[in-house]
Amino acid sequence: MKQDNAAIEEILTTNEEDVLREWLAELTSSGSRRSDSAVASLSDGRELLHTLRAGIRAGADAGQFESAEAWAPARAVLDTLSGTRAAKGASAGETSHFVLSLKRPIFKRVQERAGTRPDELMNAIWLVSTVVDRMAQYTVSIFQKTREDVIGRQQQELLELSTPVVKLWDGVLAVPMIGTLDSGRTQLVMEALLQRIVDTGSELAIIDITGVPTVDTLVAQHLLKTVTAIRLMGADCIISGVRPQIAQTIVHLGIDLAGITTKASLADALALALRKAGYTVTRTKS
Amino acid sequence: MERIPILQMGRCLLVTIQVDLQDQTALRLQDDLASRIEKTGARGVLIDISALEIVDSFIGRMLAGISGVARVLDATTVVVGMQPAVAITLVELGLSLEGVRTALNVERGMQMLQTVDKEAGP
Repeated sequence: MKQDNAAIEEILTTNEEDVLREWLAELTSSGSRRSDSAVASLSDGRELLHTLRAGIRAGADAGQFESAEAWAPARAVLDTLSGTRAAKGASAGETSHFVLSLKRPIFKRVQERAGTRPDELMNAIWLVSTVVDRMAQYTVSIFQKTREDVIGRQQQELLELSTPVVKLWDGVLAVPMIGTLDSGRTQLVMEALLQRIVDTGSELAIIDITGVPTVDTLVAQHLLKTVTAIRLMGADCIISGVRPQIAQTIVHLGIDLAGITTKASLADALALALRKAGYTVTRTKS
Repeated sequence: MERIPILQMGRCLLVTIQVDLQDQTALRLQDDLASRIEKTGARGVLIDISALEIVDSFIGRMLAGISGVARVLDATTVVVGMQPAVAITLVELGLSLEGVRTALNVERGMQMLQTVDKEAGP
């Protein structure tokens, strides 16, 4: 193992420029790289080769590429490489292909060196192959993680965007619910609404479900929970925006909404809220 | 053992819970309140729990219990100032406190008690 490491290290040291040139030629011939990114690839490749050499010199185990201390510089290079390429819009395949193309030039050098000694040749090739494969795997997983982070952030933003609490009138709050209600969203809406009730001292909250596509037993249960929590705080709640189909579904499912005021539209709900608060709306123009 | 003070304001009793309630303290409060209602002939009980941050099912049941006892003694109970987290916890525990009146703050709770008292007559 030590001997193989030394051999590979020597190849990488003495033939660095050759390996690098052949590597890039390999990439260009396979047609996946455009010429404008070749410059970036050259510096990326050199940096990666250096860290690879450092790792092999330290005698690190290729099987522990993801965790071993000696591979940390190589991992750092791959992190930035994968990150920038993902940002530029390259696919995971292209990035891993970039790393995997390194195999051929190194294999060639190994063969030149140890072509007559099958054992040594086999060991050296196995070593290089393992490291390069691990590196490629690592880039793919980093690529995926970067994408997942983006998705997670978008989900979070979507949640926040979809649950605004608006003040309709003095002492009247409204939440226009948009999208399917699941337990996570209900929790978020409930917390935001209850906090606003405390902050503003509002006595009435209107939950508008015009934007909720379907109401099943689970959604109804979430709504009931929210209404109960609002009542416990000492405020009242009206559910508005119940469309005819949804009203039918609720009745057919046998959901008991007794004790909850429901209105067909937000306008009706606001009118009721004003009446409860003692306001009357009159028209001054005839 | 701690004791929750009960203040009298006219025909109402005022209880402010400032500490996290222990089970024993809660039971004692229930006893004290029942005897005070009987002694003073109070028509309303106002429980301010705005400082209460943690509840469990026992405290939830105790609130319902106090309200029930007071109703039997012909007094209306209003629970005021419940924190959002407490409300959510009670709902998740399945305690909706049916029959307990609630208000946002002490002022509105007092108004509510006075309205109920007026409706009920002297």
